[in-house]
Amino acid sequence: MSSANAARARRCVYEVVLGLIESEKPVKRKHLASATALMAAGALALSACGEAPEESGGGGEGGEGTDYLGCIVSDAGGWDDKSFNQSAAEGLEMAVEELGIDEARAESQSDSDFSPNVDSMVGQGCNMTMGVGFLLEDSIQQAAEANPDLHFGLIDSTFSDADGESTELENGKPIIFNTAEASFLAGYLAAGMSETGTVATFGGIQIPSVTIFMDGFADGVDEYNADNDEDVSLLGWDKESQEGSFSGDFDNQSQGQALTEQFISQDADIIMPVAGPVGLGAASAAQDEEGTKIIWVDSDGYESTDYGDIILTSVMKEISNAVKDTIAEDVNGNFSAEPYVGTLENEGVGLAPYHDFEGEVPEELDSKVQELREQIISGELTVESPSSP
Amino acid sequence: MSEKTATGQPVPAAPDKAAAPEPPAPTLLRDILSGSWMVSVLSIFVGLLAGAVLIAAADTNVQSTLGYFFSRPTDLLVSVWQTVSEAYLALFRGAVFDWEAQSFVRAVRPFTESLVASTPLILAGLGIALGFRSGLFNIGGQGQVILGAIFAGFIGYWLTLPLGLHMLLAIAAGIVGGAIWGGIAGALKARTGANEVIVTIMLNSIAGYLIAYLLKQEWFRQTGSANPQSRVVDESAALFPLLPEPFRLNAGFLVAVVATVLVWWLLERSTLGFEFRAVGENPHAARTAGISVGRVTLVAMMVAGALAGLAGAAQVLGTEQKLTMGIGGSLGFDAITVALLGRSRPVGTFLAGLLFGAFKAGGYTMQAQTGTPIDIILVVQSVIVLLIAAPPLVRAIFRLPAPVGKGAR
Repeated sequence: MSSANAARARRCVYEVVLGLIESEKPVKRKHLASATALMAAGALALSACGEAPEESGGGGEGGEGTDYLGCIVSDAGGWDDKSFNQSAAEGLEMAVEELGIDEARAESQSDSDFSPNVDSMVGQGCNMTMGVGFLLEDSIQQAAEANPDLHFGLIDSTFSDADGESTELENGKPIIFNTAEASFLAGYLAAGMSETGTVATFGGIQIPSVTIFMDGFADGVDEYNADNDEDVSLLGWDKESQEGSFSGDFDNQSQGQALTEQFISQDADIIMPVAGPVGLGAASAAQDEEGTKIIWVDSDGYESTDYGDIILTSVMKEISNAVKDTIAEDVNGNFSAEPYVGTLENEGVGLAPYHDFEGEVPEELDSKVQELREQIISGELTVESPSSP
Repeated sequence: MSEKTATGQPVPAAPDKAAAPEPPAPTLLRDILSGSWMVSVLSIFVGLLAGAVLIAAADTNVQSTLGYFFSRPTDLLVSVWQTVSEAYLALFRGAVFDWEAQSFVRAVRPFTESLVASTPLILAGLGIALGFRSGLFNIGGQGQVILGAIFAGFIGYWLTLPLGLHMLLAIAAGIVGGAIWGGIAGALKARTGANEVIVTIMLNSIAGYLIAYLLKQEWFRQTGSANPQSRVVDESAALFPLLPEPFRLNAGFLVAVVATVLVWWLLERSTLGFEFRAVGENPHAARTAGISVGRVTLVAMMVAGALAGLAGAAQVLGTEQKLTMGIGGSLGFDAITVALLGRSRPVGTFLAGLLFGAFKAGGYTMQAQTGTPIDIILVVQSVIVLLIAAPPLVRAIFRLPAPVGKGAR
C-alpha cells in the first residue's frame, strides 16, 4: 500500500469515528452501547475504507472459453479432512485454474445426502461428477446409468452389481490406487530404521482402501526380515487373518493418540496411522516420546501437518493429480471409462522424501528401497493384497 | 412445586401458574410447550434472517465490496441482496418447485424430495414428541433409529418372503428393534430411577458401535466385498415407490402420515394416551390417581422407540435400501428439533418435519448451485430451536405481550 493510500485510509477512519461520536452526543446513551458502537465502527472502518474498483467490464467470472462444468461430491468427511476429500477438491481446483472450467461442489453430511447431492449435480448439467469414497458408489452408479450422456468418476472404489461383483460402466470411471506398492517400501524402510525392532500400524475403519496400506506395510516388514535375517515385529495388523487395530472412525484424534501410546508402551518406535486426521493424534503421542517416528499417509505429512520433524516419510496417494487428469481428459474429449489405477509406475502412489531424516537413513537401506521400487515397477516383484484393485 | 427439578426431570410446576403475574420458574419442558404458534413463526423468520447474515458474510463478493464500503456503499448492498436472494431462491427451488429445471419432471421433483427427506424426521420426531408429552427427555432417538434400521434391513435382505408380507414383516421388525432400545431406557428408569437422558445417550453410542460391529461380520453383510455395507434389501421388502422412476417418493411417507394420525389418536383420544399425559403433567398426581407411573414410563419409552425405529425402517427399506454405518445420519438429534418446533403435538411435529425436510432438500440445491456452505442450514435450524426454547427472547425481540393466564394446554 502506498503512503498516499495509507493516509487516505487513516483519514477515513478518523472521519467515521468522529462522525459516530458526533451522532452520539445529543442523545446520551449508555456508556456500554456507545463504546461497543465505537469499537464496531472502528473495526468496520479499518476494513471498509478501501477504494472502489473502476466500474467497467461486467465482471466476467472465470470460465471463459469453455462451458465445461466439473463437479464433486464429498463423503461425510468434508472438504477439510486433510485426507482424500481434501485431495480430491484440490484436484478439481487445479483443473479449474489450469483449464478454465467451472466447478460446483457439494459436501455431504450424512449417508442419506449422497444421492440428492449427486442428483443436484446432474440437475445442473455437470459434464463430470466425481464421488469421493466407496460410500458414493451406488449414488454415482445410479446417476451414471440414468444419464448415459454425462460422465462420472468414483474415487477409491470400483463399481459393482447388486451381488457385489465388480462391473464396468460406459460413462463411469473408477479412480483407484494400489497403495500397497508404496506402503511396502514404507514397511521395509520402517523395519530398517527401527531401533527397538518393533513397528506398528493402525487404521481408521476396516475398509479395503485402508487395509491395503496395512497389507503392503506388513509385507515390507516381512521382506526386510527375510533379507536381513532380522526379527522386526509388527503391531496392529495381521495380514494373514486380516485383523488388527482400528480407531473406529476418521475423526476422533484422541482415539489415535490412545492407540499410539499403547504401541509405544509395547516398544514400537515407528508408527503408520492410516486414518486421515486421526493420524494427528498419533503424531502428537509420538512427539511426547523421544525417538518415535511417524509414517504419514495420503499426502506428504511433512508439508500438510505440523509434525514434520517426526515424520520419517509418507505413503502418498496422488488423488488430486488423478482427479485433475481425469477432468483434463474429459475436457479434451478423451474420456475413457477404463479404471485409473495409481501405481508406483505411473506415480499415482509413491514414497515422499525423507526431509529431516535425509541424513539418518543409511545409504544402504535407501538404495535397497530404491531397488525394490524398481523391481515393483518392472514387475519383478509383485505386492499382493486381498484389497488390491 | 416439584422436588425433582435438580435432576433435570421435567416435573411440571404446580398448576397455580395462571394466578401469578410472571410464570413461577416453570420447568424447561413446560416453557417450551406453552409458547404460542406465533413464537414458532417468528422464530423461523429470525432463523432465516440470521442465515441471511451468514450467507452474506461467507460470500467472497460481499467481502470484497465491504472493503470499499465507504467509497461506494451501493456495491455492498447490491451484492448482499444478490447473494442472499440467490441462495434462498435456490433453497426454495430445491425444496418446492424448480422453475429453472430443464424438464417438467425435474421441476416438480423438489417437492417430492422434501417429502422424502421429511419422512424419517416426522416419524422420529413423533417418537421424541410422545416422550416429551409423557415427561421423558428421550435423547435416544439416534440409537432407536439405528436399531430399527438394523432389524428392518436384516429382515429385508436375509429372508425370502412373498411381496407385501415381507415388507410388513420388515417394518414390524423395525418397530420391534426401536421398541427394544427405547424399552431398555424405560425399564431402567421405571425400575431403578435411572435418568433417561443419560441412559438414552449411552444407548446411542452402543447402537453406533453395534452397527459398526455387525457390518464387519460377513454373515450380517451378506456381500462379497469387505466394505462395511449390507446387501441391498429385496424388492419384496422395499417400501414401494409412489411415483415412477426418477422420483424417490415411497410408501414411507404414507407410513409417516398414518403414524401421525395414530399418535394423535393415542395421545388425545385413548386411555393410554391420557395416562401418558397425566404422568407427563404431574407424576405425583398421576400416582395418587392410581396410574402406575413405572408402567407408563416403560410403555411410553417403548412406543417412542417404536416410532423412531419406524423412521430407521423407512430409511433402510425406502430411500437408502441398504445398511451403512451412517444409516442413522443425525436423524435422532434432528428429530428433537422437529419435536420442539412442533411443540410436541402430532400435527405440529408433522408440519415441522415437512419444514425441516424442505430445508434439507433445498439445502442440496443451494449448496450445489450457489456454493453456499451447507452449514448455514444447520445454523438456521439451530437458531429456530434456540428461539423456540426461549419464547421470552422472541417476545422481547418483537415486543409481543407475554401470554396471560394460560398454562400449557
